[in-house]
Amino acid sequence: MIVADQKPLEEILQMLASYKRVLVLGCQSCVAVCMAGGEKEVGIMASAIRLARRQQGRDVEIVEGAAKRQCDDEFNEPFAGTIEKQEAVLSLACGVGVNKLSERFALPILPALNTRFFGEVERQGVWTEVCAGCGQCILHLTGGICPIARCAKNLLNGPCGGVRDDGTCEVKPDLQCAWILIYNRLQQLNRLDYLAEIMPAKDWSADRAGGGPRKRVREDMML
Amino acid sequence: MPEVGQENFEPRLVAFCCHYCAFAAADLAGVLRLKYPSNVRIIRLPCTGKLDALYLLKAFEVGVDGVMVAGCLEGSCHFISGNLRAKKRVQATQELLKRIGIEQERLEFFNLSSAQGNRFAQIAHEMTLRVRALGPLHHAALAANPAAVAKGSG
Repeated sequence: MIVADQKPLEEILQMLASYKRVLVLGCQSCVAVCMAGGEKEVGIMASAIRLARRQQGRDVEIVEGAAKRQCDDEFNEPFAGTIEKQEAVLSLACGVGVNKLSERFALPILPALNTRFFGEVERQGVWTEVCAGCGQCILHLTGGICPIARCAKNLLNGPCGGVRDDGTCEVKPDLQCAWILIYNRLQQLNRLDYLAEIMPAKDWSADRAGGGPRKRVREDMML
Repeated sequence: MPEVGQENFEPRLVAFCCHYCAFAAADLAGVLRLKYPSNVRIIRLPCTGKLDALYLLKAFEVGVDGVMVAGCLEGSCHFISGNLRAKKRVQATQELLKRIGIEQERLEFFNLSSAQGNRFAQIAHEMTLRVRALGPLHHAALAANPAAVAKGSG
């Protein structure tokens, strides 16, 4: 899922300073699961903004809502009538949702979150980056453990010399060396022979570094 | 409810109490004929683990001046860790209150057992004195824009 953090309330209040009618719109997908922008977080955010504005002696009218997926017009459309009555929308979606609403509506769409990474739920309340979305997956060769996302140096051919005796990374002491995890996993799968193959330099043109935003087109699915 | 105003201010307090300890302790305080301030209104929870940040913020939004959350003694939760979770939620909400511009002392977590009727009366006194000293929650806003406060307190 896409993992995001809420911005500090002070920053959000600053963004909203000149508006009196605001829709606080959450997203019930990824950011709901990572407890940053779902229905519950919308309630807490709206309540916090009302209290803060009351403390400042400045009135604000807040409408609350949460779209199924803000990254899809279809799910934002039911809110169109409400959105058009506002001075601004505070979006609790990832950056994709903010972009999507901005393309569709003529009023300011303000981000309440800092979008961070693609992550897994490590345990309740902890999310970890495990995929970098580089556009050229090699997980079949690395036992399902991504060295691009999980190695601090994005190495493709085994660990660097900085791995510590306890198997952690020299860059981050609490980070397990991705290449030790890969070795252990390939040993478990009885495929250590994969490590004998030298991986060529990665083609980064499939990554965002290849130049600007990426696009996926499926002609057969288009209407 | 006590009057809310700048002079002779009597705070309005809400206590979110665990069914198994604080709520029973409040009941015991009554049975023991202990006096505690009438400022405190009790809301019973099945366990403080049911507590949500939104409950706390909504209480302040509807015009309460202080909130106390009372759960079981550590290690005695009927549901093992509900009180420990509630304590962390209260701490996180105290941080949020600070960012909102509300004194975090208006919110406090207490641990007590069902046998501590005296302790319940004592914390009710303690919170009443504390919030009385802090003054009405929205007094700054009240001075700047009374209409906004009246509307929001609904």
